[in-house]
Amino acid sequence: MARSILVVADMRGDEVRQVTFETVGAARQAASGGKVSVLLAGYGVAAQAERLAASGADEVLTVDHPELAGRRSELLAACVESAVRDTGAQIAMLAHSAVGRDVAPMIAARFAAPQVSDIVALALEQDRLVCRRPVYAGKAFVRVVLEGDFFVVTVRPNNLPKPDAGPFAPAAVRALAVQLPGARLELREVLQKTSSGVDLTEADVVVAGGRGVKSADGFKPLYELAEALGGAVGASRGACDAGYCDYALQIGQTGKVVTPDLYIACGISGAIQHLAGMSNAKVIVAINKDPEAPIFNVADYGIVGDLFEVVPALTAHVKALRQGSAGEIR
Amino acid sequence: MDIVVCVKQTFDTEAKISLAEGDLRSDGSEPIMNPYDEYAVEAAIRLKEASGGQITVVTVGPEKAQDVLRTALAMGADEAVWVDEETSFGSERLVSEALAAVIRRRGSFDLVLAGNQAVDDGSGQVAVRTAELLGIAHIGAATGLSVTGTRLTAQRDADGDVEVLEGELPLLVTAQQGLNEPRYPSLIGIRKAAKKPIERVTLEDLGVASAGAQLEIADVALAPGKAAGVILQGDTPQRVQELVAALRDTHKLL
Repeated sequence: MARSILVVADMRGDEVRQVTFETVGAARQAASGGKVSVLLAGYGVAAQAERLAASGADEVLTVDHPELAGRRSELLAACVESAVRDTGAQIAMLAHSAVGRDVAPMIAARFAAPQVSDIVALALEQDRLVCRRPVYAGKAFVRVVLEGDFFVVTVRPNNLPKPDAGPFAPAAVRALAVQLPGARLELREVLQKTSSGVDLTEADVVVAGGRGVKSADGFKPLYELAEALGGAVGASRGACDAGYCDYALQIGQTGKVVTPDLYIACGISGAIQHLAGMSNAKVIVAINKDPEAPIFNVADYGIVGDLFEVVPALTAHVKALRQGSAGEIR
Repeated sequence: MDIVVCVKQTFDTEAKISLAEGDLRSDGSEPIMNPYDEYAVEAAIRLKEASGGQITVVTVGPEKAQDVLRTALAMGADEAVWVDEETSFGSERLVSEALAAVIRRRGSFDLVLAGNQAVDDGSGQVAVRTAELLGIAHIGAATGLSVTGTRLTAQRDADGDVEVLEGELPLLVTAQQGLNEPRYPSLIGIRKAAKKPIERVTLEDLGVASAGAQLEIADVALAPGKAAGVILQGDTPQRVQELVAALRDTHKLL
């Protein structure tokens, strides 16, 4: 059965995030020949519209307006609502990000529709669309059937398959006329805390530190390892609470949920709340002085020892490997 | 200020989860108030302490769920409404319709507070849906909150950045960790709470239809257990070498 699907582009600054391309890839499969549209709402979006037009979508709808610069959930919700009506989409897919978490339930409520949040897989089973999502802080999963007139879905980054690289026939780009509502909320200020480097929730490699890192300076060797691996640095709540790093880096139930290919936990004990944010990483390495630390229960590889000795040794090894076999680096 | 706080009873985050006859159970430990809802209750009490007002707590759940209303009353809430309805995964639409109906029935309100998500289903929908149904704006994942007259200012966590948003009441705000440190109920508070009435209402009383508002759950499964990992042995250079070899050769990661 062909389905029409609307994907809402998720932005990080002026760039469309990788999760949007993953979602378009999954939507192409799920649409079974139906139309996949992408909505790009922002300010000065022409270049990003071109990227999306080459992503395998059938059409790209743009709303370009100065008021759409920055995260303005109320205004974006109006754009999504218009795009759903315009495309007649049966499924609207957003990222499970700050904006997606705001906007998706607004759309679901407006259409009195069900929403499936934070999905990690989407599959066609005998023409039924089935989503998988974590519950109980990742201790269990439910599979939800999408059967009905209209659904809203939010997607966890780094979990759907890497999208097909194409090349695809370029999609038509057209401007969608939207009457932006008067905003009830005023955005007074944005305090930028996230670094300009690799996006933590989309990184292939995450090097994370806990209380065992002992100080803000103690994070230096972690940054060096992350840089050598082309990854991002994260932290446990303990490290954030202790003031070693900003809460923007926090991984866990309250902070960010990450699903990298490689997660290296340094001086992190592995409280259940932390595990909720990273336990689905494909390979987990734990470095901790305490052999009883619960992080070792989820780790594929454990090193019981001093992270200040192990991490620099690991960095040196990775650098040597990369220099020695430059041709094989992915 | 007339404040409504939406709360949910959840499993204890430390509890062990098991599967019995296709249903998830949390073993042994008592259910608790969703931790994010505790921040919301605390925020309401602080606003009331600063400028007076009335706090009503609402929950949707089975009989046992009244426990979280008692906890909120003991912390300092004034009134409690219990919507007597069992919920499960995928009942966000139903629950938000019930909450909106309870709030609308009051006639007027200034502020609705709730947790930004519940730790059991983690779907983060109910509060936002409720705001939409009430026709008011919402601020999600607040880590700071103040009200001056009818003007509300909140700091919110947006993918790690902090946004400062302002708006006119009535509004709905969801609480994120960091908003405050919830108090423990005092003994006097607990004694007082035991005497306060809890109003019981049903979906029928509220005129909310339960049909068709449910997601279809195909199945529930525990997270796949991981095979025991390897604790690498030897001195640091040996262990690091072994780790790098495994990451490169077995996992094709380097």
